[in-house]
Amino acid sequence: MKQVFPLIALAFFATVPLWLQDQYYLHTLVVAGIFMLAAMSLNLLLGYTGQLSLGHVAFFGIGAYVSALTSLGFSLSIFGVQITHEPWPPFIGLILGALAAGLCGYLIGKLAFRVRGAYFVIVTISFAEVVRLVSLNWVELTNGPLALPGIPPLTLGFDWTGYVTLWGKAQNYYLVLVFIALAYVLIKRLVQSPYGRAMIALRENETLAVSVGISVTKYLVLAAIFSGALAGLAGGLYAHYIQIIDPMIFMFLNTVTMVIMVITGGKGTLAGPIVGGLIFGLAPVVLRNYVGPEVQWILYGVLMILIVFVLPEGIVPAIERWFNRKAKPGRKDGSAAGGKAADRETGQGGSTLALASSGKVNS
Amino acid sequence: MDQLLQHLVNTVIMGGTYALLGIGLTLIFGIMRIVNFTHGELYAFGAYMMYFFATIIGMNFFVSIAFAIAAGMVLGAIIEFTLLRPKRGADIDTTMLIMIGAWIVMQNLEHLSWGGIAKSISSPLPEAPLVIGPVSVSWLRVMVLVIALVLIAATYVVINRTKLGKAMRATFQDSNTAALMGININAIYTMTFGFGSALAAAAGALLGPVFVVTPTMGDLASLKAFAIVILGGLGNVTGAAIGGFILAFAEEIGAGYISSGYRDAMGFVIIIIVLLFKPTGLFARAERVG
Amino acid sequence: MNAQTQTSAPILAVEHVAVHFGGLVAISDMSFEVHEGELVSLIGPNGAGKTTAFNVITGFQRPTKGHVSFQGTSLDGLKPHEVTGLGLVRTFQRTSVFEKITVFENVLIGLHRRTAPSLLGTFLGLPGERRAEAELREQAWEILRLVGIEHEADELGGSLPYGDQRLLGVALALAADPRALLLDEPVSGMNASETGRFIDLLNRLRAKGTTILLVEHDMPMVMKISDRIVVLNYGRIIANGTPSEIQNDPEVIAAYLGGGVKNA
Repeated sequence: MKQVFPLIALAFFATVPLWLQDQYYLHTLVVAGIFMLAAMSLNLLLGYTGQLSLGHVAFFGIGAYVSALTSLGFSLSIFGVQITHEPWPPFIGLILGALAAGLCGYLIGKLAFRVRGAYFVIVTISFAEVVRLVSLNWVELTNGPLALPGIPPLTLGFDWTGYVTLWGKAQNYYLVLVFIALAYVLIKRLVQSPYGRAMIALRENETLAVSVGISVTKYLVLAAIFSGALAGLAGGLYAHYIQIIDPMIFMFLNTVTMVIMVITGGKGTLAGPIVGGLIFGLAPVVLRNYVGPEVQWILYGVLMILIVFVLPEGIVPAIERWFNRKAKPGRKDGSAAGGKAADRETGQGGSTLALASSGKVNS
Repeated sequence: MDQLLQHLVNTVIMGGTYALLGIGLTLIFGIMRIVNFTHGELYAFGAYMMYFFATIIGMNFFVSIAFAIAAGMVLGAIIEFTLLRPKRGADIDTTMLIMIGAWIVMQNLEHLSWGGIAKSISSPLPEAPLVIGPVSVSWLRVMVLVIALVLIAATYVVINRTKLGKAMRATFQDSNTAALMGININAIYTMTFGFGSALAAAAGALLGPVFVVTPTMGDLASLKAFAIVILGGLGNVTGAAIGGFILAFAEEIGAGYISSGYRDAMGFVIIIIVLLFKPTGLFARAERVG
Repeated sequence: MNAQTQTSAPILAVEHVAVHFGGLVAISDMSFEVHEGELVSLIGPNGAGKTTAFNVITGFQRPTKGHVSFQGTSLDGLKPHEVTGLGLVRTFQRTSVFEKITVFENVLIGLHRRTAPSLLGTFLGLPGERRAEAELREQAWEILRLVGIEHEADELGGSLPYGDQRLLGVALALAADPRALLLDEPVSGMNASETGRFIDLLNRLRAKGTTILLVEHDMPMVMKISDRIVVLNYGRIIANGTPSEIQNDPEVIAAYLGGGVKNA
């Protein structure tokens, strides 16, 4: 059941453009999907390593700007040296954007993981603010507050297949869906591997994790690189889909949106950011008929507080627990490690394997 | 040279309010271990209260400042009582999320109740600036500095000379031991948060008339307060006071000699540099953050 | 001080270590050695500096003065995970298990040092990685059986009875493949039968050739199982010898009578 559910969900979402003709709704879903990707990347840091990164929008925005500038081209002079870049295909921009954001993840990880807790949070916010101010003031490169318009949409294909340019909403919808599915699989493999276990161990009890030989810096930086790159990829998708970006992309509220998606859905679970992303990606559609943006934000804020008070683990672990209780009455413990229930099942599978082998002590 | 002198004067004047902002935040962090994301909103709240009392109601300018500070204190105490007290003992990330939620709610409430248009508060002080040699400074700014310094001094008296301050310091050292000694920790926390909020509101009430009042003014204030507090070391009151002046100086120099667009970036650059080379702040003793 | 009973090169050497916390002297001058395959106990009244000594040896605390070396390698400036990487693994008095994770996964985490996954292989889900994962699970079961908590593999670490949590703590350390094991008060809070089981476990580990350094208050156990005992008092070593030598040492007796330690 657990294994097939993601596939059912994927199949369902693959049918959406077939019956949903309203372009506005489709657009909302594409943007929600892009933010979902960003939330999934944030979840890796916030959920699996337990590091509250509040500068996540920086990776997103850097990915967007790098990808946009790569495909638009630019010309600027640094200390009298003229640098001119001719436009490259958008797809290369997308990759470079992800790489640039991953590099920033590495740098921020190296710097910020020397400090933890409150310091880490503040460093990440500061980083995002510096990037925002640079994007605002480095007018020669970024056009500053006047925005970068005319970003070309992504073009897919090779010389021998022909090319297709993703102008339409449905095309972009499928592109984002593919990336979400891909990211889901990669994150699943990562967090259920020794890498992911090391990250979870650091989150649960750093002293103990270190005592069994887990390097704090190595695994947190690794998570930051991957998380940054994925957020950068989401930013690149955003830039080529919306086709115009300005420094407002670095707004702290964008980070807050990602954080709310993750904690509402369930941090440290694979499905959490997806569920949270759907709820908060689609909420504006529902709410816009009734209230203005301020009230909407107030509701988000209130919900964030309520979640922390009432459902601190988030929706997905709560559903999982309810499900487990129904399936196995008498089990009292919930899966606090979140999303690890499947892993535990495999653990039991391994037991029969191990019991069949000799009980000899390893050295 | 004259220009540098002018920069130094500006530094001192802004530094006073920055110090207020920083002291408020660092007190709350040091004693309660809470990263207060609503700090900037309390700053904005102070400014709006100032606008309300001085401009809308038309009360005396100085009485309005006092009222705005009192309002900030009450609001801070309410926030502590309703949002933080039930989550006493929760980890720092949990309270941070709560405070982020509260911050969003507060900012948008401000937007909703006052509108997005900037408000200005007129002051009764003479328009003509005070000119001393090559340096000129408005009387309003001089007043802001004087009041800020008085409030900083008052904070020192409260912390070092009163029974409340003694209890706060004991709680800062070790809240469990303080509780065993018969100190009402809940009351101390509420008062600390109220006190810190009052300082933020004071900074807002003082700077409101100097600049303009907008719903989003709190964002930068929060971030600057973080910069100041990191500079001084989390929980270090003297460090925050000095940090306020250092940030003001860096901003003046950044704006004056690099580009005015980067004025607000100086705080973040400082944060990153300080954390790179001396993560515990410039004036820190041992820090207990986990 | 008594002469060393063995002449081979020590596996663990602590040389003139001092630890000061501000003005407070936790350890003034501590030197001792542990030889391959030995079981050495570090005892002393509360506050004598035993846990601090552990922290210094395993890299959790920088000594103010002095050096520690393991198998001839200096541990100066190494981070805790690097010390563990050399095969010197410790347990803790308090933070002993991952509470919100199952016992089985606890041990999987402990096995970290024995894994060498490739990132690319992980992302691609290559069969090599899956095989390695299956092997790892088998090793986890072996360790659980060794310490005798395999029937609780599916419980959360924090939900185990206290004695079993201590055993899980040891299982975590064992998973890290120790050449030398540092146990910080492993039987505190255990009842007599649990302690008995634990002594059996120690004997099995010793049979495998694991060197053990033990901090413990349970004197009957210490006297029964130790090859050698090092006695700390007020941050300095006051005796170092076999259990019978220690039992008859006037300074040790005075320290314990003055310190009023249980079971002494």
